[in-house]
Order: sequence, then C-alpha cells, then structure tokens
Amino acid sequence: MPRKKIYEGSVEYLQILDEKGNVDKELEPQLSNEDLDKMYRFMITTRTFDRKVLSLQRQGRAFTYAPVEGKEASQTGTAYALKKTDRVFPSYRDHGVYLTRGLSLKQMFLMWMGTEEGGRMPEDSGDFPFAIPIASQIPHAVGAAWAAKIQKQDKVCAVYFGDGATSEGDFHEGINFAGVNKAPVVLVCQNNKYAISVPRALQTAAETIAQKALAYGFEGIQVDGNDVLAVYSAMKSAVEKARKGEGPTLIECLTYRFGPHTTSDDPSKYRSKEEEEEWRKKDPVVRFQLYLRSKGIWNEEYEKKVNEEAKQKVEKALEEAESSIKIDPTDIFKYVYAEMPEPLREEMEYLKRIGEEKKEAHGEQNG
Amino acid sequence: MVNKMAKMTLIQAINNALHLEMEKDEKVVVMGEDVGHEGGVFRATVGLQEKFGKERVIDTPLAESGIIGTAIGMAVSGLKPVPEIQFSGFLYYCFNQLVSHAARIRMRTRGRYSVPMVVRSPYGAGIRALEHHSESTEALFVHMAGLKVVIPSGPYNAKGLLLSAIRDPDPVMFLEPMRLYRSVKEDVPEEDYAIPLGQAKVEREGSDLALISWGSMMKETREAADEAKEKDVSVEVIDLQTLWPFDEKTVIKSIEKTGRAIVVHESPRTCSIGSELAARAMDHNFLNLKAPVTRVTGFDIPVPLARYEDFNMPDVFRIMKAIDKVMSF
Repeated sequence: MPRKKIYEGSVEYLQILDEKGNVDKELEPQLSNEDLDKMYRFMITTRTFDRKVLSLQRQGRAFTYAPVEGKEASQTGTAYALKKTDRVFPSYRDHGVYLTRGLSLKQMFLMWMGTEEGGRMPEDSGDFPFAIPIASQIPHAVGAAWAAKIQKQDKVCAVYFGDGATSEGDFHEGINFAGVNKAPVVLVCQNNKYAISVPRALQTAAETIAQKALAYGFEGIQVDGNDVLAVYSAMKSAVEKARKGEGPTLIECLTYRFGPHTTSDDPSKYRSKEEEEEWRKKDPVVRFQLYLRSKGIWNEEYEKKVNEEAKQKVEKALEEAESSIKIDPTDIFKYVYAEMPEPLREEMEYLKRIGEEKKEAHGEQNG
Repeated sequence: MVNKMAKMTLIQAINNALHLEMEKDEKVVVMGEDVGHEGGVFRATVGLQEKFGKERVIDTPLAESGIIGTAIGMAVSGLKPVPEIQFSGFLYYCFNQLVSHAARIRMRTRGRYSVPMVVRSPYGAGIRALEHHSESTEALFVHMAGLKVVIPSGPYNAKGLLLSAIRDPDPVMFLEPMRLYRSVKEDVPEEDYAIPLGQAKVEREGSDLALISWGSMMKETREAADEAKEKDVSVEVIDLQTLWPFDEKTVIKSIEKTGRAIVVHESPRTCSIGSELAARAMDHNFLNLKAPVTRVTGFDIPVPLARYEDFNMPDVFRIMKAIDKVMSF
C-alpha cells in the first residue's frame, strides 16, 4: 500500500552583485559597456522623473502618485532583457519599466496628470497602459502571450505586479492559464514587503512567492531585486525560455519602495526607521555604481553628467507635457465606442450647451 | 437627559459607530485591506484593532472577492462581518460573491441561512483620485435583488444609518461619499442612535418642486434649493438615504403636493435610481404632474479622469437649469 512522496520542488535564489560590489564571475551576465551605460541612464532617469513628479504633486501640478524609488534595478533589469517587439503589462508603479521600454517622458508625465490622453500608447508600441485594479493585468498578459502563440508571432509578454497581487484570484487564474497553455509570458513580481501597510507575511503563509509557480507546473525563481545583474540574468533566461516555446516563469524580485505607497500614504505608521535605513544601504543605484566603477565606466564626472542629462530631459518633457494639455470637456465622450451612439451624442451636446450657458452667465455677472 | 454632542466629520462618525457597535455586540467583526494596524486608508477603522484585537479587526490578504466570500461564510456562522472594500472600483471584484451568494442565500435556503453583513466602501468622484477610485455603483447594487443599499449624506445620518445597517438581518451595501469624508462637520450625539433603513428624510418642506437626491450630491442639491428660494421657488428637499428598498411613499407624497420633481445623482443616467423614481411618479402621480420628472445626473460614460471629473458631476448650475425648465411648464 503506497504512501510515498510524489512531488518535490525547489526554488533558487539568485544574487550576482552584492552590496559591497563583489561580483560572482561565473554568473556575471555578458553585457557590453554600452548596455551597462544605457541601463544606468534608465535607472537614473527613472529616479529623476520620480522625484520630479513627487515635487509636482506637492505643488498640485500632478495628482495622486505612486513613487518608485528603490525599485529601479527590478524594473530596468527586467525590461532591458526584452525586445522592442515584445509587450509589457505594467502596474501603476512601473515607471522604470516604461522608460526602459522607450516610452517618452512626456507621455509618462501625462499619465500622472489626470488627462485622458495619458493612456494613449504610441502606435509603434504593443505595451499596455498601467493597471490600477490589483492583479487584473495578469490574465491580459497571459492572453496576449497566448494570442502570440496562436498566431505564431515572436512575442514574449511580461507582466508586472507586487506581492499583494499574488493574493488576488486574477493572479491564480492568470498564471494557471499560463502554465496550462505554456504561454510565452514572464511574470515579474516585485515583492516590496508591503501591500500599502499589510506585511507580506499576512498575504501568504508560503515561504516565498516564487514557489507558487511550482503548483501551476512551471518554474519560479527568487532574485535580489536590488541587484540589476541578477534581475537581468533571471529575466533573460526566462524570456529566452518563453521565446523557445518552453512556457512561463515567475520571477520574484526582493526589493523595497523607499517612499510611501502613494502620495496619500504615511509609511512611518507601519515600517520602522531602522528597516528603511537597512534598505537604503541596499540602494540598487549605488550598487550598480560600484559595478560600473569596476568596469571603468563610472566616476564622479560621469555621475554628474548622467544626472545633469536626465534632469534636462525630464524638465524638457515636463514642459512639453504641460503645454500640450488642452482640456476639452467633450473628450469624455470620445472613444467610449467606435461610433458614438445617439444617446451619448445628445449628452455631449447637452454638456457643450451647459458650458456655453455657464460662460454667458459668468459674463452677465461680470458685466 | 441631554444628549452629549461632538463635532464630527463623516469619517469620524463612521469610526464612532463602529466603536459603539463592536463594544455592544461581540459578533461584529471588521475586516479588509489595511483596516487593522493602519486603521484604514481613510482612517475609518482607526483605533479598532488596539481596542478589540486582531481576531475581530482583521487585516486580510489583498483579495476583494476573498474578503466578501469569507465574510459571507462568517455571516452564515453567527458573526456580523463589516468588510471594507478600500475603493469603489475594487467592488467589481466582489460581484460574483455579492450577486450569486450574499444576495440569495436567504432565498436559496428558505430562510435557514442569512447574511447579516455590511459592506462599507467609499463611492463617488470629486477628490481628483486616480482611475477606478471614483465610481458610483449604487444602481448596480439595487439591481442585485436581495441586497439593501444605503448612502449617507453627512456625519449625523452616517452614524445612525450604519448602526441600523449592522443590526439589519440582511446584507447591506453601505456606500460612503468619499468627497464628504472630511469636508463637513456636524453635531453628532456620542451615544447610540439608529436611523431606520428604508426611510427618506424630508430635509426641507416646499410647495413648488421636489428635489430628490442622496449622498454627496445632497450638497449641490441643498445649495440649489437655497438659490431657488431667492427666485421665489419653494423647493422640498428629500434625502433618499436608503436606495433600496427605497421610501416610495415619501417621494410620491411630495410629488403629489408639488406636482414637480427633479432627481439629482452622480451615477450614470440610464437605468438609474432617477429613472426608477421618474417611472414611479408616472405610476402614481400622472394626473397631478405639472411638468416631466427630470434627472440631473452623471453621463453614460466610464467615470472620467481627475481633470474631467467636474464635467461629469451635476453642479448647482445644471440643477438650476433643470429647475428653470420644470418651473416653465
């Protein structure tokens, strides 16, 4: 009568570049100096953009914002391993993903300025506007990957979400479809330890998030999410595997958001100062600098130049974004359907008329 | 005995009601995302976990369908769960549990089981929030027969209605006007009081016109009534308070008296509570109507982003236009 072990799985952890700048030579990815320079610039531009939107939000020029500082390696490291023709399905904190994918800074500003034009993705991109409802983008990415497989297109999809998202039904349903259909998708979980205030331990009793992949029949790996080399390597293997038709991978990046969940949140209510300082020491940008210095790329002058250029680009894009904003009330009726139904047209006409009447009434009061 | 009063915001009144009821009834449990340690993203549940412990004030995993599904399980097992869904757009995750189970367990079991649960969630636009945070979904829930739907319009009725909702034997959707969470303070009795569900409140009596609304739109409705008064139009102001089952009698009586009615709501126009009230007025008031029952509402579109939200929301100007129109008949 058998009672025997029928399943055993394991999950690997990957770190290539440690906090002191030591590199595991065997695991070190072969990136050219040009690639390394580009990656660093994406990370610095992400941080510069992030700090800029935060300051705009405080001035009332942007609305509620989800800051990304601390997660630059997880985002640039993964997005850099994709081809332009691949597709990403980000969440609301993935500014570094968009930048690395080549989305313009102007468009990114518009996304956070409450304009209907913010979600207009460029014609030459297959990337998706970010999803706010948690985990809801995961089935979309799996479906898009599945569509690529059915249509025999060389496209890998990458979907980004956080630790909290792994509690949602959409996560489980989505990754199950991915496993069953061997969809060419990479599932990138940026585990930053908290879903707003709720610590990871209250999301799941599992030791890692990566191991959840095993139950759905594919591989999961946990990486040091602040080590851009580890993130890039894990992503590169996962993307290659997907491209070869060998199915999905779940990558759990262990990382931290240095700032609040959004500009409406005060993390001091649920995180200790000591913990925040501990993670500051793991700053992904600083760690990458150590590596770039060993490669002869980074020095004080380079740092100054990269930051200055990022700042200029961000300022220029902001100006372009703000001057392009033209608020037309009737925009809220456009694009609801391919063709505007008559009842909507009537509502739109009513809104126009009200606008004119308001102007008139205002004029009368002044006159 | 003189009631002790305190100045409270709407969110403080909700918090106060939860404190009172949890103290009084140990069956009440509060659950949701960030409701425990953090005290809720809007601070509605602040202090509850310290006072009543982690068993009764539960920080759940991030899973709205799971929150409502497990709350239903608790409710059929002797507890009175008060789950919070953090933002209005995340209520959509809960639809299957609400429609297929919460709304019909009493009927399916011929009364053997019931779901005494109150789902609290903010609703409505007006604070320049991100996408999916500003929905007005009351009509959707009214369509889910078996649920009750309640929307307070200020601190005072928020507390009294929430206490009634928790004591109600059936599932109640308690939608809180996000725009009014902190913007108004009212005198609220510190002790226990209940405002019965299913009753509208005639806030002001008038003879020319019934102006009916609920929730955050009561603000514009009252302002329009003030403005109309200056034009010698006597407006009767009705706060519906319970959207389902609603207080048809009060509304019909008011239209019978005035012969004119305007319904103001932020949610889309088509198949709305406004549509329903207009139809009921046709049923009951046909012969004494002096003008068509008119709706001033949000449009039949997805809730627009921050910079456009004001275009979608009824304002005093639009209500005044409607008043001029119905008065011209």
